[in-house]
Amino acid sequence: MTREEVLLDFTSRFHEDILDLYDKSRSRVYVTITPESILRIGTYLFRNVGARFNIASGTDMPPNIEILYHFIVEDINLLISLRVLLDREDPVIDSLGRDIEAMNWIEREMSELLGITFTGHPDPRRLLLADNWPEGVYPLRQDYEEWDETADRTRGI
Amino acid sequence: MMGRTIIPIGPYHPLQEEPEFFTLTVEGETVVDIDVRIGYNHRGIEKLSELKTFENSTFVIERICGICSTSHPFAYTRAVEDVFPMEVPIRAKYIRTIIAEGERIHSHLLWLGLAGHFIGYNTVYMWAWKLREEILDVLEILSGNRNNYAMFKPGGVRRDIKAGDIPVCLKKIDSILPTLDMLKKAVLDDPVLHARLKGVGVMTYQEAIDFSALGPTSRASGVARDVRKDSPYGAYQEMEWDMIVTQNGDVFDKAVVRILEMFESAKIMKYCLNNLPDGEIDANIMDVPPGEGIGHIEAPRGETFHYVKSDGTNRPVRHKVRAPTFMNLPTYKATVQGETISDATIILAAIDPCYCCTERIAVKDPRGRLLYNGKDLVQLSREKTEKMKRRMGVR
Amino acid sequence: MSLKLKALLKSPWVFHLSTGSCNNCDIETLDCLTPRFDIERFGMLLVGSIKHADVLLVTGSCNRMSVERMKALWEQVPKPCLVVAIGTCAGSRGIFKDSYNCPVPLDQIIPVDVYIPGCPPKPEAIIAGAVKLIEKVGSTL
Ligand code: SF4
Repeated sequence: MTREEVLLDFTSRFHEDILDLYDKSRSRVYVTITPESILRIGTYLFRNVGARFNIASGTDMPPNIEILYHFIVEDINLLISLRVLLDREDPVIDSLGRDIEAMNWIEREMSELLGITFTGHPDPRRLLLADNWPEGVYPLRQDYEEWDETADRTRGI
Repeated sequence: MMGRTIIPIGPYHPLQEEPEFFTLTVEGETVVDIDVRIGYNHRGIEKLSELKTFENSTFVIERICGICSTSHPFAYTRAVEDVFPMEVPIRAKYIRTIIAEGERIHSHLLWLGLAGHFIGYNTVYMWAWKLREEILDVLEILSGNRNNYAMFKPGGVRRDIKAGDIPVCLKKIDSILPTLDMLKKAVLDDPVLHARLKGVGVMTYQEAIDFSALGPTSRASGVARDVRKDSPYGAYQEMEWDMIVTQNGDVFDKAVVRILEMFESAKIMKYCLNNLPDGEIDANIMDVPPGEGIGHIEAPRGETFHYVKSDGTNRPVRHKVRAPTFMNLPTYKATVQGETISDATIILAAIDPCYCCTERIAVKDPRGRLLYNGKDLVQLSREKTEKMKRRMGVR
Repeated sequence: MSLKLKALLKSPWVFHLSTGSCNNCDIETLDCLTPRFDIERFGMLLVGSIKHADVLLVTGSCNRMSVERMKALWEQVPKPCLVVAIGTCAGSRGIFKDSYNCPVPLDQIIPVDVYIPGCPPKPEAIIAGAVKLIEKVGSTL
């Protein structure tokens, strides 16, 4: 399939879920979708279009938390980034890690660094932070503040 | 049913690199389950990078991983350039390619040495690391540093290559090729290595796709994917070179892919040094406009992926880093299960993780008594090689 | 005590501990063992267990998770044990000073005898550091 065919097929199939499509350059497309449709669209891209899952990146942008799921269709060198906007107070989204092994770790990472809840995640344990890191403190949020009183930030070189 | 035993591996091991903690569940000799706990190395780089300006971030990014101290800045600078989007001067592209390929050779040699060490071929270890010094010399001549080259900046490179240095570098590269060839033959023709590594830790094509495995790990399973070919960047489309793909997906094939790739890298480096175009090395970008950019490149271990979001100030709002091991590591689930403990060491090492926690291992029986320690496990692996040698009548 | 130290200096066995480094320091340390530098000529040996070690080489910026392990290991070391901080990270955390996961520098956690600055220090610098360590401890005997 060519680039145009992939995009046409994609937009016609999911036109109800697509809120916005930004065709940035030949190899980059950003698509904003509704959070409810991520499971359908994500698995469709991965299984049917044959895209490789690159990674997901979460960003805290008050009043929302934004997740970008990056997929690449290598034959046509097209990077499709699915954007979903979640409510910052209660960010919840369906987990793709159940169906796609490759998503497992990044969802664990996002849930501890940004406090996003992935419903149905098979293994929601901590991945990166220490065991004594307090619950409910998310370092990648904009309003993160130092909680550790023993920390010493004075000495550089 | 045989009783299950839990083997904790790590987090500290004397060999090298970062701490990591694995839990192997074994039944008798066979591994039935594996779990990993990372985070011993988490330094919050993504957050740190948001505190720095676009130019200064390069230095933090370089220090994500010492072996990939080119790949990360390369992907990062491409991400920043993709915000515009813009092209860097052609000479800068060539210089970037030279440094990146030099890094690939030294990284693969490092892996080869360690892999040899794990299965009891310490000669390979010493030879490979000795060769590696020559490549580090080349990189030192070109960039001034053995590691952490500080060559990259958004829009170009920081330092030019002097015409006088080129013949010296070419000579050094040529001087390692015969020894590399010898190493290649020694590995590919050795019957013991064949017996020891073939059919061990197999990852099928479908598993490679499901885990989105990257780089040599997936190319050994027949997935013909390489960012350098698929979405060309740098100077890679200017010359002929081959993508190395093998079909079996076992440890042996992963070694083969890496060894053959080194020759391709040497070829690319030589071409770039011989045909270095004249011109600027820096596009001198001033302000980064608001927007988003993605940069991905082929690092020695697979695709490195960076995402940068800018709001028009001089700092990134968000900077996401994805290193290849993040995707490759979970493939252990597919490769280690069903193998024996003595093979676990080399399988864990075969994806070339950014750490090899294979020495600080302790085997405990269900009541928590210590049965083996870390050394014993590597010992186990070596003994298996010895046994095979004896059986095959090789000395 | 000083007899033990004296004996230790003849052939210091080292244990290497990474506390969240970028690998370069660790690799350069390993490089000292390989043919070009070959520090084993001088009786220095990298050992696999902390119980056998006379010298502890620490690299990296002491992140929250590995600090706990480091404290546990420090309890197990047979004393006297000398500590060498390799790299800027182990010295003062360098570029990672403000990271949320690296709260305190190494020398506030365990006593450090020698600092080898550099990011990463070259193998030559590490060897020079080893020589200085031996001179420093030797002069106190
Ligand atoms: S001092 Fe530099 S080279 Fe060493 S671990 Fe730290 S960042 Fe890496």
